[in-house]
Amino acid sequence: MQYIEKEKYQQRLVKRQRTGKIFEIMCIISITIGIGMLALLLWYVADQGLHKLDWQFLISFPSRFPERAGIYGALLGTLYVIGTGGLIAFVLGVGTAIYLEEYANDTRLSRILQVNIANLAGVPSIVYGILGLEIFVRFAGLGRSVLAGSLTIALLILPIVIIASQEALKAVPSSIREGGFALGASKWQVVSILVIPQAFASILTGVILAVSRAIGETAPLIVMGALTFVPFAPDGFMSPFTVLPIQIFNWVSRPQHGFHEIAAAGIVVLLITLILLNSVAIFLRHKFSKNLEG
Amino acid sequence: MTDPQTIIQAKEISVHYGSKKVLDNVSFDIGENEVTSIIGPSGCGKSTLLRSFNRMNDLIPSAVVSGEIIFHGQNIYEPHLDPTEIRYQMGMVFQKPNPFPKSIYDNIAFGPKVAGFTGDMDQLVEESLQKSALWDEVKDRLKDSALALSGGQQQRLCIARALAVEPEVILMDEPCSALDPISTLAIEQLMRELKKQYSIIIVTHNMQQAARVSDKTAFFMNEGDNIGLLIEYGDTQKIFSQPEHKTTEDYITGRFG
Repeated sequence: MQYIEKEKYQQRLVKRQRTGKIFEIMCIISITIGIGMLALLLWYVADQGLHKLDWQFLISFPSRFPERAGIYGALLGTLYVIGTGGLIAFVLGVGTAIYLEEYANDTRLSRILQVNIANLAGVPSIVYGILGLEIFVRFAGLGRSVLAGSLTIALLILPIVIIASQEALKAVPSSIREGGFALGASKWQVVSILVIPQAFASILTGVILAVSRAIGETAPLIVMGALTFVPFAPDGFMSPFTVLPIQIFNWVSRPQHGFHEIAAAGIVVLLITLILLNSVAIFLRHKFSKNLEG
Repeated sequence: MTDPQTIIQAKEISVHYGSKKVLDNVSFDIGENEVTSIIGPSGCGKSTLLRSFNRMNDLIPSAVVSGEIIFHGQNIYEPHLDPTEIRYQMGMVFQKPNPFPKSIYDNIAFGPKVAGFTGDMDQLVEESLQKSALWDEVKDRLKDSALALSGGQQQRLCIARALAVEPEVILMDEPCSALDPISTLAIEQLMRELKKQYSIIIVTHNMQQAARVSDKTAFFMNEGDNIGLLIEYGDTQKIFSQPEHKTTEDYITGRFG
């Protein structure tokens, strides 16, 4: 018996193939628009700021005169705050994820916890700034310091780090865990020798993505009291500080054209920092996933 | 032929997953240095029973095991016993080969290492691989990833990995279901060799395999709402030639799908 008539099949086949082609073209248009916009942005910024970007710019402090102003304080501030904040979020976030995935039973409490972590990832960053101001700056008495800024950033990216790490742990097949247990390994041995090494590359990627997001955050740090004019480098965790995006924002909002140019140069510095950070991530990811094969 | 020593005794084992019963009041003895096969249709509790022997069911939060498994005169479900130690004494080979994403060497060394082995690891790795008839194929590439091996080699690696901790019992959960006939043959050959030193319990869907490799056979079946019943247990030869129960005969002659 013939369920599908041959002639109709042929007609439909042409139509099906055409639909596929149309979809492909739409995808190409999407990527062109997306990448095109980014390229435009990069070209614009580079055109505006590249000629201002020199060694002098990197090692100078802000100034009233755009030609003398530099980004040293802000660059160092960003490295301090993001480095420390990222490290804190890594330790707390990965620990939380390991507990939730490997140890916690599937109880009502853990499900409530799970939903709330997902919600926290969507809370506007300025709210974290207010929280940081109240808890770290005022209550804990840390003042408007690098440490308070780092802790605020850590809080901000913590939910993302937790969720990314959880996904990485979930991706480790349960047959690996069973294999370990069946050989008489303890929970800690299964988790530390089998599960974490296999998930580590993905965990790292998640952390770096979270940190990349945090590097451009301005609002929470402004709220918690980062300065906008810092003619010195942070000299420790209790030092006042500023970060790149705040410095850029400050320059952009000045009326003089000279400041707009160095703002563009600042953006280039921010982007290069970001690219360097991502390269490190790709390198580490590659290294860890290679270890697994050997 | 003298009756072999009993190494494991299952006494009135029932298993529930939540409110669902999967194994109903099963009792039988496993002989030392024998291959015991567990056969029956899907969903009759074969794997669950196997996982009760080394307390792997403990890993499933909703699983409740009642009854006793007597191993060396002791019920392994005694509350003061650590399941880690039980699993150390009973190796397990899974349905799908599950080598760790590490080197061949590290796969074998894992079990002894976590148990605190301090002797000559190279020698132990070689011995284990030789016992599982894999040594000649991999001796020049012990540092290569285990994932690069073929399915049959991976499964023999998993057997070698289990042997490396020197268990007394090896539990095999359909170890050949993901393998081609030639690899299957190699593993069956291996089982005949291994039973001289170990006691083997194997779950299998392949009736010919049960007939070929095992000394004793336990046949499980569901009857209506009664899930996970042990219908018949005895010498493999007898089960396959003159079963006592009609259900057994129908099953092994293929009258059920």
